[in-house]
Amino acid sequence: MCFTFGIAFAIVFTNMIKFTPQGIFCVQGGFYIDPWKPVDMAVITHGHADHARWGMKKYLCHTDTVPILKSRISEDIDVTGIGYNETMTINGVKLSLHPAGHIIGSAQVRLEYKGKVTVISGDYKTQDDGLTTPFELVKCNEFVSESTFGLPIYNWLPVAEQNKQMQDWVLQNQANGKNSVFIGYSLGKAQRIMKAMEGVGPLLVHYSIGKLNQAYETVGVRLPEYDIVDLREDVKHLDKAIIIMPPALVDSTAIRKIPNMANAICSGWMQVRGARRWRSADAGFAISDHADWRGLNEVIKATGAEKVYITHGQTAVFTQYLNENGIAAEEVKTEFGAEEEVIENTTPAAE
Amino acid sequence: MKVFARLINALDSTNKTGLKLEAIERFLTDAVDSDKLWLLALFTGKRPKRNINTALMKQWAIELVNIPEWLFQESYASVGDLGETIALVLPPPTTYTERTLTEWMNLIIGLKEKTEEEKKDFVLQAWDSLPTTERFIFNKLLGGSFRLGISSQSLINALAKHYSLEANTITHSIMGDWKMEDVSFDKLIEGEYTDTQLSKPYPFCLAYALEKELEDLGDIKTWQAEYKWDGIRGQLIKRDGEVFIWSRGEELVTEQFPEVKTTLLQWPGNFVLDGELLVYKQKQVLNFSELQKRLNRKTLSKKMLDDLPVALFVYDLLEYEGEDWRNKTLQERREKVEALVLTNVSENIKLSQVIEVNDWDALKAIRENARLVNSEGLMLKHKGSPYHTGRKKGDWWKWKIDPLTIDAVLIYAQKGSGRRSAYYTDYTFAVKQGDQLVTIAKAYSGLTDKEIQEVSRFVNKNAIEKFGPVRTVKPELVFEIAFEGIGFSSRHKAGVALRFPRIVRWRKDKTVADIDEIEEIKKLIR
Repeated sequence: MCFTFGIAFAIVFTNMIKFTPQGIFCVQGGFYIDPWKPVDMAVITHGHADHARWGMKKYLCHTDTVPILKSRISEDIDVTGIGYNETMTINGVKLSLHPAGHIIGSAQVRLEYKGKVTVISGDYKTQDDGLTTPFELVKCNEFVSESTFGLPIYNWLPVAEQNKQMQDWVLQNQANGKNSVFIGYSLGKAQRIMKAMEGVGPLLVHYSIGKLNQAYETVGVRLPEYDIVDLREDVKHLDKAIIIMPPALVDSTAIRKIPNMANAICSGWMQVRGARRWRSADAGFAISDHADWRGLNEVIKATGAEKVYITHGQTAVFTQYLNENGIAAEEVKTEFGAEEEVIENTTPAAE
Repeated sequence: MKVFARLINALDSTNKTGLKLEAIERFLTDAVDSDKLWLLALFTGKRPKRNINTALMKQWAIELVNIPEWLFQESYASVGDLGETIALVLPPPTTYTERTLTEWMNLIIGLKEKTEEEKKDFVLQAWDSLPTTERFIFNKLLGGSFRLGISSQSLINALAKHYSLEANTITHSIMGDWKMEDVSFDKLIEGEYTDTQLSKPYPFCLAYALEKELEDLGDIKTWQAEYKWDGIRGQLIKRDGEVFIWSRGEELVTEQFPEVKTTLLQWPGNFVLDGELLVYKQKQVLNFSELQKRLNRKTLSKKMLDDLPVALFVYDLLEYEGEDWRNKTLQERREKVEALVLTNVSENIKLSQVIEVNDWDALKAIRENARLVNSEGLMLKHKGSPYHTGRKKGDWWKWKIDPLTIDAVLIYAQKGSGRRSAYYTDYTFAVKQGDQLVTIAKAYSGLTDKEIQEVSRFVNKNAIEKFGPVRTVKPELVFEIAFEGIGFSSRHKAGVALRFPRIVRWRKDKTVADIDEIEEIKKLIR
């Protein structure tokens, strides 16, 4: 319990957010941000399944996230979309969304109450991938951050270099008469791979990716041309093609039907040789929609936050590091990260 | 080093042999000859001495990145390799220097003469001029612990294909005793420096696991029964006064068994033998784990040779005085080989004894007790059989002892290293002791990658405590553990030690209530 006193020469901040078993709760506003249990009112940072769950009476998110939620949860949900930097007030709490640079429509939720600003960033990245509205830094008193790649070994190459590596790999495969299969998360990663492959050759994508591509196109993002590949049909004719598949199919018999193929996993975890070998793909590209080590540190420092909450990823290590470097940080237990990491890697969110 | 880095990266990522061969092919096409020679040198363990302390390298990296040591350690725990951790934590290079592998190796060898200060300058400059993969390779070359993700068989096959040469010739020449400065790549692989005909081995004759009833094999008198020994299967060649020992993996392992080599050198004549290399001490065959201590060492100390003396148990004769004997019957070959061994009585070359019994039931009983002599079971070979090339069904059968099994619960898990550094792959299991649990075995293998991922997920969700890299896990997952033997042991809490414990299967149908009792398990000890 906390009470506010207006004192002439000092402001005593109230607790604006609380970490509850339902999710992150805005105390004064009476709503939740990315809750994992059904609640009345949910503000959604982005469309990945661990942040946007079913069962909320009302959803509020960025306009570009609306078609994704409808496609993933249900057409019938009660969802309101707002633009970046558009302000609305809920029970006296000023709320606005700001680009998080993670995937299309991804937003940091800025909350302001009695002069105190809290930002819940969801998942974010500082790299400009050329598809997503680039990350915008928001100054705040409290910052809620992920730390999926919160170890100094995770630093991404510039996007142009990543794309070059992937293109070279495809060209080499084509020279050896091989099909190239990329494996990447269907929302965000797949579209980045498509963009990187623009002009290299005809693109084929799994139908689940095609479905999300439509969500991109409805909000006006132009993607390279592609066709849907149906693995239930005969795929023996495929020759030197570029095919994009979701991670769920990585070891499936369906994928193995593709003749003469080399496959590559696109994921931040592929930074480490052990992980590349473990996943037994033929290549691994460290491409991520999450901030790398330098990105996390730069952002957290630049927000000017006096208090940082670390919700998922390398929480223990990153929290200790921040505290040792004069930034008051606290590890909080959430249910974020689970969904995506099960697919990408089982490196624990709880470590 | 770009060309070399591309090779290493490709070899590391894929585990399809075909793609590895393509990568080597590409390297052989693109690389300069001296780099190809270095590839062979590194592959055959001819790496230069380490001139830089790896602890210092770690220290320099920490200084450069300005992170606390514990954070470096956390990173290291996650990567599983020091050279790679350093390569990853360093800031991006500000320049790029292209040098061939040979140029880098020469610089690294030249460090020997340099002061600490000069060494540090060299390393920091290299780090600042190489992208991550090349930096990693540089660190590994510097640390003297470079390994290539490829089997010698694959490398040799790739060379053989690319240069249209015979694989055995290449094996013999590159495994030989050559020095970087004395040879040229082309001449080396063509076998100019060695007489490769002399060492040429035959393909091993292999057996299938017995898949029918003994009685269906017919008259026992037509079969030769022997113990199945668990050592290193070897082909021992003596031609023109030279001895070569090949392992089943077609590697030349002559120098690993100096005592056997010496003895064979004293035997007169020319011949090729098939046999098993075993640690044999005080007329007892010791466990394979004892032999393992001696394998793949650069030098064998006198103490090791005394503590773990190796003997050859001879199975068969393949060639005698230049004549190929493989198409003669086993009976004929056996008579000849017995005569050969008995005329050259030696301490460390013995016959693998033929087990003489009159009926199948007697043989069953002997197999049951095979563990007592540290054997894996029995071999049954048809007396009329030739020495086949490779695996052929019907003439040779292996008849192994069934392993012992128990059901145990997972209680500790630890992450693997290298390829498996992201997953919990090392497990400790417990069984019941009254209403308590007591640890009984540690086991690594036997699960599929998919199952390891599933167990890892369980560990993440159900970790109770953290002791360094080890997690205590809620006792819930039950596994069937197989092992080859069991004995009392004061070193283990449970009071018993299992030999070769391994996971047979995940018993998803069982709960912790169904696991075995330690007192019951002790009854297995004979």
